[in-house]
Amino acid sequence: MKILVCISNVPDTTTKVKFTADNKNLDTAGIQWVINPWDELSLTRALELKDNPATGVKTVTVVHVGLAASEPTIRKALAIGADDAVRVNAEPSDAYFVAAQIAEVVKKEQFDIIMCGIESSDYNESLVGGMIAEFLAIPSVSAVSSLDIEGGNPLIIREIDSGKETLSVQVPFVAIVQKGIAKEPRIASMRGIMTARTKQIRVYEPAPIEPLTGVIAYEKPAQRAACKFISPDNPGELITLLQNEAKVI
Amino acid sequence: MSVLVFTENWDGKFKKLSYELVSYARSVADMMNTDVVALSIGQVEDDELIKLGSYGASRIISVNNELLKGLDSQVYSSIIADIAIKSDSKVMVISHNNTGKAVAPRLSVRLKAGVGACVNGLPISIDPFIVKKRAFSGNAWAHTVIKTGIRILTILQNSFGTKETENKASIEKIDRDIEPGMIKTNVIDTQKQTGKILLTDAEIVVSGGRGMKSPDNWGPIIELAELLGGATACSRPVSDEGWRPHEEHTGQTGKIISPNLYIAAGISGATQHLAGVSSSKYIVAINIDKDAPIFEAAQYGIVGDALKVLPKLVEKVKEIKK
Repeated sequence: MKILVCISNVPDTTTKVKFTADNKNLDTAGIQWVINPWDELSLTRALELKDNPATGVKTVTVVHVGLAASEPTIRKALAIGADDAVRVNAEPSDAYFVAAQIAEVVKKEQFDIIMCGIESSDYNESLVGGMIAEFLAIPSVSAVSSLDIEGGNPLIIREIDSGKETLSVQVPFVAIVQKGIAKEPRIASMRGIMTARTKQIRVYEPAPIEPLTGVIAYEKPAQRAACKFISPDNPGELITLLQNEAKVI
Repeated sequence: MSVLVFTENWDGKFKKLSYELVSYARSVADMMNTDVVALSIGQVEDDELIKLGSYGASRIISVNNELLKGLDSQVYSSIIADIAIKSDSKVMVISHNNTGKAVAPRLSVRLKAGVGACVNGLPISIDPFIVKKRAFSGNAWAHTVIKTGIRILTILQNSFGTKETENKASIEKIDRDIEPGMIKTNVIDTQKQTGKILLTDAEIVVSGGRGMKSPDNWGPIIELAELLGGATACSRPVSDEGWRPHEEHTGQTGKIISPNLYIAAGISGATQHLAGVSSSKYIVAINIDKDAPIFEAAQYGIVGDALKVLPKLVEKVKEIKK
């Protein structure tokens, strides 16, 4: 069994996000780029499955759509333990474009399980995973909080809006994973960092796909009014304010 | 032409989420001088379906089949896409919840329709079609142009509200042949949360962080949430420690919520936590550290020990509820 883990290159989640003077682009000065947190958990789970011979998982490949500048992030995924990587050499212009490129890679190289994080911390769309599945006309399971392989078949727990479901699905399929899929992201060992240098990154040129959407400007959220402090000796006052001023209780 | 809204029901009943989606669709339809078609999948009685009309749907289409009980995103999106084509939908309105996130991307590819995901408010303009959507985990809004003739919008729950209208709707029932072989996912077991308000539905959320010191101290959080008719939540360290179930974790990697009132007790308010709660209408912070970043996001704050403050809040709420 072969697993493909899709990774996105995002600003470190503690970054104070800033934009260029015309508000049209992210100001990338000083940004630390990392593997999208959900993708990192997804990679961790894929490697855990590979560590267990009973699952039959033989290889874990990572795929990334981005220009050469994002190779350090791919190398990091290889250092954590991925066997090899594919980079589609293009600016990731929108979710539709990215998903179409990854679907092309899957058509070329064939994978049994394609894992995607439920969203990326930069565009928060939750789109790429489901789009890849539709491009390939294969099943997708969203909000996956547990993924196992038993007797060659994937066994999944997903979150639904009123609880949880356990389900089985045929391969190939796309698992769109969220919190719970792995406990802590796996960290690269020194040996991992050394061997990552010799692992292969296959670079493909993009398929001709037109994006369907485009960002024209960014806006910072409105500043909230200053906090009104209530004395800890009289917390009841807070309830009065919530009732009469904010009118929310 | 129409605006199509994909509604969701729970055991045959609609909740506020669906009325909100219909209300939103109605406002978009008004901008475009067109009608709202509401689609319901699964077994829902007529007296329940008709309620969608009072939020502005003119046509209600109900598709039912025994095999549609579990959410199979492939089959669901094929049904929604067919209805969208038949009703000449130019905009599709879907919730940005787990169900919506499962179907919206598939629909986008099937219909070659651009998606505005997690949009905030009504479109900025219709021609060109521009929406304001969540970006950088709540640290920005992205003005996004959708270049396709059909546009899909996913809406964060409780971000728009409901609007009742005088409108009357017609109901159409559509039978759909589904072969069992078309369903590639097989639900083996379902565990539903019962008796409690769902965190994502709740208008009031009381949440605890590491400042609560021990899972044994959760009593007043639960009591306050119950008294206010709300739900309980927690920060990431609390769910990582196993003090509370991970379903309660709100924040960047947990649930994104937008209640009317979010009470954060013993939560310092790291960027990652605020990413999950910053769309709340009011944030109340109770924290012993006056410099905690949560106070920058809050409208009301108490600098004090949450363990001492919370029981007093419970008392006061009991008093006003009398």
